[in-house]
Amino acid sequence: MTNKARSIYLVPYLLWIVLFVVAPILLIVYYSLFDVEGNLTLSNYAKFFTPVYLRMTVSSFWYAFLITAISLLVAYPTAYLLTRTKHKQLWLLLVILPSWINLLLKAYAFIGLFGTYGLANAVLELLGIGKQQILFTDFSFIFVSVYIFIPFMVLPIFNALEEMNPSLVYAARDLGASAWTTFRRVIFPLTISGVKSGCMAVFIPALSLFMITRLIAGNRVITLGTAIEQHFLVTQDWGMGATIAVFLIIAMGLMMLLTGNRKRGLTDAQKK
Amino acid sequence: MHRKNKWSNLYLIAVFAILYAPIFYLMFYSFNSGGAMRNFESFTLDYYKEVFEDTRLLIIVLNTFVIALLSSAISTILGVMGAIAIHLVRTNRPKQTLLTLNNVLIVSPDVIIGASFLILFTLIGIKLGFFSVLLSHIAFSVPIVVIMVLPKLGEMSSTLLDAARDLGASSWQVLTRVVLPFIKPGIFAGFFMALTYSLDDFAVTFFVTGNGYSTLSVEIYSRARQGVSLSINALSTLIFLFTILLVIGYYFVNQRNMKPSSKRTNVQDASQINSLEEGTK
Repeated sequence: MTNKARSIYLVPYLLWIVLFVVAPILLIVYYSLFDVEGNLTLSNYAKFFTPVYLRMTVSSFWYAFLITAISLLVAYPTAYLLTRTKHKQLWLLLVILPSWINLLLKAYAFIGLFGTYGLANAVLELLGIGKQQILFTDFSFIFVSVYIFIPFMVLPIFNALEEMNPSLVYAARDLGASAWTTFRRVIFPLTISGVKSGCMAVFIPALSLFMITRLIAGNRVITLGTAIEQHFLVTQDWGMGATIAVFLIIAMGLMMLLTGNRKRGLTDAQKK
Repeated sequence: MHRKNKWSNLYLIAVFAILYAPIFYLMFYSFNSGGAMRNFESFTLDYYKEVFEDTRLLIIVLNTFVIALLSSAISTILGVMGAIAIHLVRTNRPKQTLLTLNNVLIVSPDVIIGASFLILFTLIGIKLGFFSVLLSHIAFSVPIVVIMVLPKLGEMSSTLLDAARDLGASSWQVLTRVVLPFIKPGIFAGFFMALTYSLDDFAVTFFVTGNGYSTLSVEIYSRARQGVSLSINALSTLIFLFTILLVIGYYFVNQRNMKPSSKRTNVQDASQINSLEEGTK
């Protein structure tokens, strides 16, 4: 096709990129330089480094880390066992299906499940433990988040396991490796790419969740996402909200760079 | 070995039970005449009646569908153009740059997309409401369509285009008679994905919707914040059934177009994007 034809396709698309990809990021950075009164300052950045915001950032990262780690711990065995089942594509589809259901509805269901008279408390009472406050605790926040992210962790790990050559496992076993050694030295290293993309798919969203903290954690947990929402829609301090968003973008970029680079390092090592 | 199998089956059953428990819990209590998500009293369809009598809610449902259909149609057109444009860029560096920029909106969290669009719309002077929601849904659906269409364009052999042009086809004819029919499965998949994303979106809409205009997710959020009301349960049951229908429809559209050689199903590809995007919420 000629250059002219190419530009006909390119122009609307570039327009979209400029308007909705480049401009928003620049605007976020631009707004982070203004305080509530509209003065050009760096005070938002100074405020970000005060203990209040730093503590929030650290706890947000800590929660995201916990959510990612627990999702991985639950999802890896699930993915592994799924590859062993007879109709694995069907089972996989069933794992994925809940992820297509509106997130809010799932969160709403947990309000009922974890409520004072909900199923969870009924089971606890049956076990003789008695009623507990489950809703509006750290536990419920982490549980619901893990619940929501599990399909996104299972899928990439499942794909990585499927791509692995099974004869490698047989070879390891033939050479006398125990089941645990085989897993640690053969299976896990070979599926690390799936684990990484799973963690990527969970960690960043976990940093920025906000409706779950509102609905399930009853504002007890403040993540970066909650803080951004709070500043933009409640206190109307767009400058501070934009500043937090800038740090979230930086965190995201670092995460992507980190996982990308390490991957390259791995292939280099393999080449050698 | 037998014992081991038993444990692994138990584990899988437990995972599936947890995955589906909330959904069925929600559906089960939508039939409870007791008025709360506890103590099932007797079977009733009152809450379904309530949903269908709530005109405000029905208008919101209509809004949601109008936004979803319009935004996915427009973003499909834009996305196909974008995919063709990226495909036509031959040099490696600009191509990579375009692809990276394309993926920015897929990987960035919804809060950031929502907040930055809110700034953008206020700055340009677009009134928050139908139009701002539509624009942002188009914006975040475009990259998804591009991702779904691009591999199909890659599969297309360039000899096909040369042959068409040798036989005297104009660029327009090449596009409509050769290229578009070839990438049709990708276009359909992209359209479906855009549709589900638009229907599913909460966070972005929440930021850019002003007073007075609402989509279903935003409405559910504000109702859920006020506590349990079984009409939400009834509504979610209906949405759940609809989602399943949509997934089945999507699955069959892809099944029909799937090549026997490709190992990964399109549903998997779709979910891969889903997983990139998720969080998002």
